[in-house]
Amino acid sequence: MQRYIANRLLTMIASLLGVTIIVFLLIRLIPGTIVEQMMGTEALTSYETVESLRRYFGLDQPVYVQYYQWITRVLVGDLGHSWRTAIPVLEFILSRLPVTLELAAIAIIVALLIGVPAGIVSAIKHNSPVDSLARIIALTGLSIPVFWQGTMFILVLSLAFRWAPAMGWVSPLKDLGANLNMMLLPGFCLGTASAAVIMRMTRSCMLEVLRQEYIRTARAKGLAERVVLIAHALKNAMIPVVTVAGLQMGYLLGGTVVVEEVFSLPGIGRLLLWAIYQRDYPSVQGTVLFVAVMFMAVNLFVDVLYAFLDPRIRYA
Amino acid sequence: MLKSPTNRSAPFLSRIARNQLVVVGLVMAVFLVLLAVFADAVSPRDPLAVDVAAALHSPNPKEPFGTDRFGRDLLSRVIHGSRVSLGVGFSSVTIALVVGTFLGLISGYFGGAWDIAISRVMDVFFSFPVLLLAIAIAAMLGPGIENAVMAIAIVYVPFFSRVARGPVLAEREKEYIQAARVIGASHGRILLRHIFPNVLSPVIVQASVTIAYAILTEASLSYLGLGTQPPTPSWGTTLNEGRTYLQLAPWISIFPGIAIMLAVLAFNLVGDGLRDALDPRMR
Repeated sequence: MQRYIANRLLTMIASLLGVTIIVFLLIRLIPGTIVEQMMGTEALTSYETVESLRRYFGLDQPVYVQYYQWITRVLVGDLGHSWRTAIPVLEFILSRLPVTLELAAIAIIVALLIGVPAGIVSAIKHNSPVDSLARIIALTGLSIPVFWQGTMFILVLSLAFRWAPAMGWVSPLKDLGANLNMMLLPGFCLGTASAAVIMRMTRSCMLEVLRQEYIRTARAKGLAERVVLIAHALKNAMIPVVTVAGLQMGYLLGGTVVVEEVFSLPGIGRLLLWAIYQRDYPSVQGTVLFVAVMFMAVNLFVDVLYAFLDPRIRYA
Repeated sequence: MLKSPTNRSAPFLSRIARNQLVVVGLVMAVFLVLLAVFADAVSPRDPLAVDVAAALHSPNPKEPFGTDRFGRDLLSRVIHGSRVSLGVGFSSVTIALVVGTFLGLISGYFGGAWDIAISRVMDVFFSFPVLLLAIAIAAMLGPGIENAVMAIAIVYVPFFSRVARGPVLAEREKEYIQAARVIGASHGRILLRHIFPNVLSPVIVQASVTIAYAILTEASLSYLGLGTQPPTPSWGTTLNEGRTYLQLAPWISIFPGIAIMLAVLAFNLVGDGLRDALDPRMR
């Protein structure tokens, strides 16, 4: 087990290095340079300012020197300062983090609460009308754009109950009711597509397990069907589902960008969009790196959990 | 619960036909493609024709989807939007498919340093949430339809690379490949003539599912203002424009969304059905 974790950590460090290189190079995709983008037409007139800004951002140095300077600062937690607000980027991100984490947490709970039972029912009633219906609903759920679903919810609720997305955000520690009032709906929207993925995975894993010999044995012993399904089948079928649920966290971290925008929630996603619109490149860079690292950490956790749940994986 | 043996030996096409959902998906997809091709002929009006006097009409017999704030006919804009969605979907997936499959073939066939290098780089791309990476790339390249295609293509390359690599590893050691090598066939010939056919079916399944995702991604990027730019009638862009008028003119926000959903659903159904037909384990 320790060896597996150590191995997994090593590959993660390699990927992490790659991630920092991509995030670093992202800024270089900008047509022209960041200085020209920042100054706009002014860059054409004041050559000296351009040069001094280039020096300030280290653009007069070779790329590998720039990367080295950037990465050594990142390693000690310095993601630079926001150009627009002069706030340290990391501080900026951490202040928005609770909103995004809560959103993702609600979404994954919604996804599991809908996806797992639906998948089990679908598998038990394999090839029945119930199964077909569940599969069609799941595929439709996968096909609805999150932002459109959110917009439709807002439309219906505002017409029916005069409900409106809240401005700002209230911590659940301060006022749980007000917090859930603004977070449940966005969380639900975000979670539905993942619910579909989890349902499909649960269904196919259950079907796979139900075909196996030990299930037939359990049935032949005369165990109640409920016991066979829950104690014998579900336990094994859930192992891959855990992985998929974990991987969905990554999808959710991307999806929060859109959902936060629709519901005007001040999370990391809106921070990223704000930074993009404002051409605040250090904030863009910092946010993308932060979310990617978070995603990798979740993946690592899921892999380790998987190895823990399924002893066979360690020999693979 | 157990499938009859005839089921397994049934020809591929009849297996597809048995799955009615694929047929539904195929019909929807073909309809959309025709709509995109003949958009000019079937649209009641020019999607770009502004008529301020007719702004924000609610759906009526003459304008079944209503009009937007410039008085442009929404039905015509939704019809023309299929061009953008399918265009971006097909072109980005084609790029991703060609590049990704090529990388997967090289990585699996040559192995060693090639494999390590390519797989590591792909792993790095897998370390980002897809939508986040697409947003970041699109934002850096600047808004616009070509840049959206590039961004979407880049994020889906690793999926094709991974899907292609697996079967290559399995085939590489088989006897007929060894035989081909012995009689002096070049690497290019072996890859193209002998190995590539094995990769084709998983790649096709991946492509149809990826088109669905690519359409969703384009819609998201355009909704966020990072993809297709006005006045081009993209579904995502129209939804973005509709936000301001959600209470006043909800139809602007309703119809393009339904269009996106149906387009994505069509390709999801096709992809799902193909996977069922090609991969017996998934049934």
